[in-house]
Amino acid sequence: MPRWPVLLFLAWVSLLFAAGLGLFLSGFLLTRAELPQRSSCAEPPGPGPGPWPWRGQRPPRSCWLPRRFARALLVLIDALRFDFAAAAAARGRPRHYHGKLGVLRQLAAAQPRHGRLYRFRADAPTATMQRIKGLTTGSLPTFVDVGSNFASYAIREDNLLAQLVHNGRRVVFMGDDTWEGLFPKMFHRSYFFPSFNVKDLHTVDNGILQHLYSTVDGGEWDLLIAHFLGVDHCGHKHGPDHPEMAKKLLQMNEMLRTLVERLGNDTLLVVAGDHGMTDTGDHGGDSEKEVNAALFVYSKTPLFGTDPPEEPEVVPQVNLVPTLALLLGVPIPYSSIGEVMAELFATDGDAVSAALQQLDVYHINANQVDRFLRSYSLVAQDLPTEELQQLQDIFSSAVEEHAQLVAHVQEEKPSSPELQARLGRLLGRFQRYLREARAVCARSWARFRPLRMVAGCALIAASCLLCYVASALPAAPDSFYRSCLLAPLLWGLAAALLLGLACAVMQEGLDLLVVSSWAAAVSQVAFFWRWWACPALAFPMGILLFRCGAMFSDSFVVAEARVVPFLLASLVALLVGKLHWDGRLTVPEGPRQQLLSSSSYRKESWHLLYLVAALLLCVRLSAAFHQCREESPQCRPSLFLAPLAGLRDARAKNLFYLACVAALVALVCAVRRWLRHCGNLNGSEPAVLFVRWGFPLLAVFVACYWAVASSAEDSLGKLQELVHVALVAFPWAVYGLVGAGLLLVLCKPVTVFAKDTRETAGPIVTPYLGVASSEVDFLHVIPQIYRRMQESLKSHLERGGCGAAVAAYGLGSVYSAALVIALTLLAFLLLLLHSERLSLAFLLLFLEAFVLLHIHARARKPFSVPWYAVISWLLAASQFFYSTGHQPIFPAIHWNAAFVGFHLDHSTNLLPALLVGANTFASHILFAVGCPLLLLWPFVCEAPSTQRRKARKEPREELHEEEEHMMEMRLREAPDRFSAALLQLGLKCLFVLGMQQLVLAGMLMVPHCACWARRFLFEALGFVVSSVCLLLGILLVMRVDCAVSAWFSRLQLR
Amino acid sequence: MSEAGVRRLCAANLLRGCSVLLAATAPRFFLDGFSVLGTPLTWLCACSVSVSALSVVLNAALGPSPPPRRGSLAHKVGFLKCCMYFLMSFGRAFLSLNTFLFAVLLSTFTTLQCLCVLGPNIQAWIRVFSKNGAMSIWDNNLQITTVCSVLGAWFGAFPIPLDWDRPWQVWPISCSLGATFGYLAGLIIAPLWIHWNRKQLTYKSR
Ligand SMILES: [Zn+2]
Ligand SMILES: [Zn+2]
Repeated sequence: MPRWPVLLFLAWVSLLFAAGLGLFLSGFLLTRAELPQRSSCAEPPGPGPGPWPWRGQRPPRSCWLPRRFARALLVLIDALRFDFAAAAAARGRPRHYHGKLGVLRQLAAAQPRHGRLYRFRADAPTATMQRIKGLTTGSLPTFVDVGSNFASYAIREDNLLAQLVHNGRRVVFMGDDTWEGLFPKMFHRSYFFPSFNVKDLHTVDNGILQHLYSTVDGGEWDLLIAHFLGVDHCGHKHGPDHPEMAKKLLQMNEMLRTLVERLGNDTLLVVAGDHGMTDTGDHGGDSEKEVNAALFVYSKTPLFGTDPPEEPEVVPQVNLVPTLALLLGVPIPYSSIGEVMAELFATDGDAVSAALQQLDVYHINANQVDRFLRSYSLVAQDLPTEELQQLQDIFSSAVEEHAQLVAHVQEEKPSSPELQARLGRLLGRFQRYLREARAVCARSWARFRPLRMVAGCALIAASCLLCYVASALPAAPDSFYRSCLLAPLLWGLAAALLLGLACAVMQEGLDLLVVSSWAAAVSQVAFFWRWWACPALAFPMGILLFRCGAMFSDSFVVAEARVVPFLLASLVALLVGKLHWDGRLTVPEGPRQQLLSSSSYRKESWHLLYLVAALLLCVRLSAAFHQCREESPQCRPSLFLAPLAGLRDARAKNLFYLACVAALVALVCAVRRWLRHCGNLNGSEPAVLFVRWGFPLLAVFVACYWAVASSAEDSLGKLQELVHVALVAFPWAVYGLVGAGLLLVLCKPVTVFAKDTRETAGPIVTPYLGVASSEVDFLHVIPQIYRRMQESLKSHLERGGCGAAVAAYGLGSVYSAALVIALTLLAFLLLLLHSERLSLAFLLLFLEAFVLLHIHARARKPFSVPWYAVISWLLAASQFFYSTGHQPIFPAIHWNAAFVGFHLDHSTNLLPALLVGANTFASHILFAVGCPLLLLWPFVCEAPSTQRRKARKEPREELHEEEEHMMEMRLREAPDRFSAALLQLGLKCLFVLGMQQLVLAGMLMVPHCACWARRFLFEALGFVVSSVCLLLGILLVMRVDCAVSAWFSRLQLR
Repeated sequence: MSEAGVRRLCAANLLRGCSVLLAATAPRFFLDGFSVLGTPLTWLCACSVSVSALSVVLNAALGPSPPPRRGSLAHKVGFLKCCMYFLMSFGRAFLSLNTFLFAVLLSTFTTLQCLCVLGPNIQAWIRVFSKNGAMSIWDNNLQITTVCSVLGAWFGAFPIPLDWDRPWQVWPISCSLGATFGYLAGLIIAPLWIHWNRKQLTYKSR
């Protein structure tokens, strides 16, 4: 049997997918290293300020530069687009959002030196959380922060709030509770309001308004942040051009007017929008309307030295951080790449002293950015070196010039026009440096690479097509693999080599990802060159289409936990309906039925209907283990998700504990019963012994761990030490046993008990060693075998699994037995990582998988796994992702899993990531490893019906009968078909999995859907886990195949 | 297959369709503030009652299958069986009033029609819903309307998770609407389909 080509082919296809995914992700994910350094008051970047006359007396509590304001009031109005704050457009229909924030315009017009309106440019992605990060760290956003904290959202980088708190200022916050997760324990006082229900326009705003004025008047704050969400939510719910929006903006206007009245002289008022919104009220992308927010600064003391320009200036969002920091007299956060808004720093005096003040600010700012760039380029290499060098040149020349100028001014202090011109040039130089530094950073961090995204998408699509085409190919044994595997592989390798050489010749850096995807593309072309076919569509594809189509809509992605079971139930119902329609369930029409014009079901058909009912019940019950998403506030997470330790009621706790243990026992008993039923629980093979003794032991360990973990902490008083030991020891015992068991299954997977009957002399001849040599051989062997079989039946032993090798118990289900054992072991491991009560969900998972397999076995076609089986299997995998209490969002990850068997410390991130990953993708793992069962089960289920009839048969009919229930040994008879079927199964699975990737990736190409990045990350990770586990499952089957071959040859030798 | 039979079928379907439409409009004259979307439960009741009443009347009047003799034991047993099937087809519907009413509606469109045409004969039911099982245009009509109603209800489930915030996006209103539209579509499609395929349709005689 050509085993390796199958595995190699599947691995190749998986790699094609992986290359596509990698390429897509590299074009899509924004990555940036986070630096741990923090600015400190005592260490200003560059040379400190000297005792120059224009600096005046340094006020108390100032760092780096004298502060201008004692306190600041930051009013963040979410999604405040620029034109909401601007005057109504002269032309065109007046919109509901126009001209409602009148107070800003009045202030700017009446007191041009006190207040000014800016265009505030947000960086994409314009999601609120990323914007809050940008507004406080002064840096560009990332989706996955390299080196960020493992278990929480909290901002680890240096930021404005941390600087303020560090320098003894009081920060008070009210509004959006996203800030709570981002800045835990940072606020002097805080009023958080839930932000997730975007339908709710008023809770947050009214909550803020209740506390805002009294807090402002109370004066116990240095920075007060009020984050209003009503405008954003109104946009999401009604869109910007709606009467509700007008109301909301008028409310904001009223609030601002009241605030301005209460503003102290030493207070700076900043009104800002974190992003804009599109005409439909969405945000997240980088369209003009989304990035164009409003910024308004105002104070009762004059802010500006000059009158405002005609057209409002454009201020990048990161500029607010250094500006606020220096105005408030705290250090600029370490990683900030913003440029100060210099006009806010020059108020009094003539033009020269104003320019000198601005120069001071720029000097500090440029030094800080330079310091950051230096430390950043030490940590990560993603900023291009030559551009850094250029920046360095601009910087050093500007600093030199600055030093000269300062010396010059200190000596003579003239105010000639020539000096003014020099000052102006120097200001321009600093400005250029800061802007270019920001541009360089933006170019290398915050940029989607559309080409890569498109190429990645195309690669995934081509891989899907390849799977589809290849799974429909008729498999000719040898030449097939040579032409459809070897040739593309060689082409791909050649292409990779060529590109590598080209890069080496051109002296360019070699991007591994580009090379691998290039190779993947070339090998695909080579495949399609040879095997181009347009396969027909099968009917279950419709369901898959719905599944993929559901991802196009945000609401369906949110409701996926309900959509997937619905589709699964529909698919199965459709299958049964189709079988019925085709008349495959009814008794073939005899003359009598025709007479009565009626038909009735066969017995097996009723069996099938019961199975469907059981499946629907499973689907129904599994909904009890749901987790909630943040978008649906009325949803309550299932009570099964909380660990037992949190339960107050001792009685309920005990009852639940008993239920969990019962589930565990039921799992072990069911598996053992099934194995015994198949005859795989006889003899003393190591794997069999493990099932007999190891499984109960595992169950005991898990139960003990649960008992210890769920017992109340205080009740055990003295035994505290012991409990701590037990908390570590039991999980490790389970890890060890599971590991040992898996190794055992891998090394000795044969669970066949060959009963050596001494009465018969000579070797046992089995017809499974290839083709039976002659008819005579057969005729000689069969009656003998049958006699022995009857003996064994008489002696009340378990039935011989396969007919011909009479005494070989369990030979007919040797493949599936190994898989079932491995799956059970994995289930124990995963159970341990979940909270106790989810064991019920796992029991349900096994039950549903079992029912699905049986349904599939009833409606079977031998040697080929139909599409509906694959799709329903993978739908069940998705369903149990949700039904084991998961959701594809970060807050729903079960972080506790990282600490099962560990006290609260990990030396590396690898182990906890593995544990949490195993927890998150538990159902993916189980269903993917169990995938080959889809192929095996129809053969396993072949036995019982024929078995019963067998007892009544005449010996003469034996030959026919023997052939009929060879079960999985049929697969050995036709090794080519076996391997082809395995390949087909794997390809179909990969196709179904890949389609979901493709749709999600395609979705992400649409600009404003960037907010689904996290969903995509989960899906991509799930895909990788699934494909690896699928390969492992198939590998296990092949390993069993090898072992069975060895077993047969040993048997022959005897 | 006779022209008259087809004509009778068309008339019956027309009547059924009218009863559905009537159920959606007529109660407005008796009840204040009635509308399909505003008071969906009332509408569900009205629709089920009118369609089922019409079905029973039609069955008695047109009688595609000869009704069993009144008062006979067979008839009584049959009636009991009918009730049982009718209730069974509700499934797990007793959980809430909404679901119950939806189940009543759906079974009015499907099970009740089957009962009227085929009687409480499970073998006949199984026979009709298989590939070559239809034995008259009434059977074909039954197949098409039933499948259309179920499909309509199935598709009706799709708008539920969408966040449009429309009043009809609530379980089971969208499904009921879907089922109703499906039923109406089935009533139209069935005669057309029969007309279209009249050459191919050759029914086995009983
Ligand atoms: Zn926002
Ligand atoms: Zn928003």
